[in-house]
Amino acid sequence: MEVVPTHRKAAVPDATPALPLYRSAPQLEVRLEDFELFAIDRLRVLKGISDALSRGKRPDEMENLVSGLWKANMRHQDSSRVVEKDVISHFVLRLVYCRTEDLRKWFLSMETTLFRYRFRLLSASAQRVIMGELDLPYNSVISAEFENVKDKLNQVARSSVSAGPSLHTAETLFFKVPFEEVPELVAGRKVFIHKGFAYVAMHQVVSVVVTQFRSLLSKALVLTNRKWTSSIREQEQDRLTPIVEALSSSYIGPDYSQPEQFSEMSLREIDKVAASSFPLCMRHLFEKLREDHHLKHGGRMQLGLFLKGAGLKLDDALAFWKAELSRKVGAERFDKEYAYSIRHNYGKEGKRTDYTPYSCQKIILSTPGVGDHHGCPYRYFSDENLRAALGKMGVGSQIMEDVMDKVRNRHYQLACTLTFESIHGSSCDAGINHPNQYFKDSQKILQAKVIHSCSTQGIKCTIQADQRA
Amino acid sequence: MTRLEGEGGGDDMAIDGAEPAKPQLCNVPEGFDPNYLKLYYGKLFPYAEIFKWMSYGNDGKHPGCDHTYFGRREFSFTLENDIYLRFQSFSSSSELESSIKEKCPFKIDIGPVYTVDPAKRHAYAKAGDNVFSPVERELIFDIDMTDYDDIRYCCSGADVCLDCWPLMTIAIKVIDTSLRDDFGFNHILWAFSGRRGVHCWVCDLRARRLTNEQRGAIAEYFRVYKGNENNHKKVSLGQVLHPFLVRSYNEVLETFFEERLLPGQKLLETEERFENVLQMIPDESFASDLRGRWQDHRRSSNVKEDINIVRWQQLKHLSKSGKHKAQGLRRCVEEIVFSFTYPRIDMEVSKHMNHLLKAPFCVHPKTGRVCVPIDPDHCEEFDPTAVPTLSSLLRELNMGGPVADHENGWEGTSLSKSIRFFRSSFLQPLLKSCKEEIEASYNTELQQSKNSLSW
Ligand SMILES: [Zn+2]
Repeated sequence: MEVVPTHRKAAVPDATPALPLYRSAPQLEVRLEDFELFAIDRLRVLKGISDALSRGKRPDEMENLVSGLWKANMRHQDSSRVVEKDVISHFVLRLVYCRTEDLRKWFLSMETTLFRYRFRLLSASAQRVIMGELDLPYNSVISAEFENVKDKLNQVARSSVSAGPSLHTAETLFFKVPFEEVPELVAGRKVFIHKGFAYVAMHQVVSVVVTQFRSLLSKALVLTNRKWTSSIREQEQDRLTPIVEALSSSYIGPDYSQPEQFSEMSLREIDKVAASSFPLCMRHLFEKLREDHHLKHGGRMQLGLFLKGAGLKLDDALAFWKAELSRKVGAERFDKEYAYSIRHNYGKEGKRTDYTPYSCQKIILSTPGVGDHHGCPYRYFSDENLRAALGKMGVGSQIMEDVMDKVRNRHYQLACTLTFESIHGSSCDAGINHPNQYFKDSQKILQAKVIHSCSTQGIKCTIQADQRA
Repeated sequence: MTRLEGEGGGDDMAIDGAEPAKPQLCNVPEGFDPNYLKLYYGKLFPYAEIFKWMSYGNDGKHPGCDHTYFGRREFSFTLENDIYLRFQSFSSSSELESSIKEKCPFKIDIGPVYTVDPAKRHAYAKAGDNVFSPVERELIFDIDMTDYDDIRYCCSGADVCLDCWPLMTIAIKVIDTSLRDDFGFNHILWAFSGRRGVHCWVCDLRARRLTNEQRGAIAEYFRVYKGNENNHKKVSLGQVLHPFLVRSYNEVLETFFEERLLPGQKLLETEERFENVLQMIPDESFASDLRGRWQDHRRSSNVKEDINIVRWQQLKHLSKSGKHKAQGLRRCVEEIVFSFTYPRIDMEVSKHMNHLLKAPFCVHPKTGRVCVPIDPDHCEEFDPTAVPTLSSLLRELNMGGPVADHENGWEGTSLSKSIRFFRSSFLQPLLKSCKEEIEASYNTELQQSKNSLSW
């Protein structure tokens, strides 16, 4: 791809498929303005996908949403340049998002999701073309073999909700694929597996294609990163580099990996703050820890990183965890076995990278098991337990029903947002995307109230002083 | 159980469920003693077998053998004072043997095979590129009895007995069958974890080369239990069961539930216990109908029959009767059976290549029991309370007369059955496949290089 400063020279590659695989950078000349504008348009799409995923949208909702986002942002007034815009914007964002592991992960996940839904919208013949391009030479199951496994295939089709009610196995084309190539279908028990082969229905091929796409892109991103550090950044330091660097920070939002400058949480106030400003996921972990003097690994990570993000200093964190955990395992074992991982979370051990507090999306997607208390309570609590927990937080019965309604529709972050609004008596337009954001917003509101009541009553000033100590 | 991850995936430690040891009076003569352990490593530990296994045929003379293979495998030792040595590596069987004899580890863990010798990883890291990463690792499963504490009434925590052990037998049967029939794996080793669980090592080449994502997919395939501490309904099955679950239910779960767990754990005997079962029934009128019958003691006058079985038959019968023939009640019977029987694997252990797992034939430092292999075809005969212990083995050694008669110290002890089983049922077929694979891949490479020459 070549970037030209002024006049444009459109060169649409001939016979580009409606859905490119982005296997090599296009031989196109791009105006500098387009370079940035196209990228921003695509980022809007990816950001929209990211938000939708974190709200736990269902596949059918996602399909509409992605198609809508694409139409809204990726059009071009010159229809012959639509594909060009698609390809260019993808390659620009590759540069932007190749530079760290976290950026790559985010980009990979969003681009893969985008690809998945675009692929689903293609016609069957267009899908076959892409399978060909990806070298997926699957043998369809021959009829003699089909007779043998027909019953099992039917069983799987009926057991799998997403297969749709009107699926007739007899009319569906099946492919025999090594199970390693369809991890998602295996994980969801959405295929029949026999002797190492998964029997994949034509409509499930999406998963195979997406896996291929993802792995190609993942490798490409690593290569791009190498090129970026070895040459591009240097060569383009006056032209593309500033654009690339600005683009990367513009849309992801804060990750709370560094505690806010002004906020500092002291051990003295931690219980009070937990009761007033922790989101339910953290409150629950905090209370369980106080109660059991124990949390399993997943819980320690989720709570520990949150506390770090909320401003608990390393020494205080060590004291806090020690006070609890050592009651169960003794101070000596704590020092030997747990202190390490706490320092590790603060980047003092191991790779010495600071670990980032978990976002709502990560927490929602985690899979707590027996004895675990982490994960998103809105998702994992039973109806009954959730109602009890919300009641304890002070959510009224009217709002409670709204919250439960969101939960039933799997809008866990919206449920959390409603809870926040109900407790704080103040709206939260941006929605809750991160437990540390919940915490920060809550503190802001409460401190404003304290200041307000200070001026009227003059006795609560100590509280505010406390919170700043 | 101590669990550690490699540096690749975040080397934070997780030490879960390791409660302080309770004094076990009955075990006093069986106690664990570092001096006994020294003798065990001196005379009994099967070094040659472990080396053969971990070499996967690469210790042979075939030109296709990779002689660096064994040396890139991570071992880690936990020493007497909880000193933890990670990234140990050995270039030969004798090096492995002399290091174990010298350090006398309380626990030996086996990690992945890395791109480079893990002991020299820092040197490689300094050289620039981040080349140190795992390339091969057995697909492993860790099943621990503590994860079943909500459904066993006989014991809890670290204890196991013959009333709860069937849960492990079920896990072996369900997972072993699926690994072979569904996933097509052949070389699977099951081992007693030494106290309260079992470990599984899937050693086929295909398994060793799985990515983390693929490992996660297999682990998810096995996962049915979706509940946690805050959700009563632990198992949620869809309207129609996947063939794997149908087979597991028909061949293993139902029988074990009705014949072993129901009477063994007395699941419906008291009100408190049957309430736990009734809670899983979504239909309130059905549940209260049963509650009424079960609270009424006079009806169950037949003392000869086990009350648990009688009540279960009532539940099953009623669920099919016209009165409650609501959709989902049949599924509910299955869900109850699944809740009380279905395997619960530690997902995290299976998902990541760089998770460590205790080596077979280690001795558990709390129980003194050897982590012996378990034959999946006869796993119902396995008795965790009859596994050879350090002291029983040493007593046998002392009684066995001149050991020099045997090539191996373990001949004539009760460990010999386990080692022979390991050799004949696991190691030999595995090495045969490895040899074929090495030859095949060598020939393909040869062919390819010929082709490229003539190009
Ligand atoms: Zn027991």
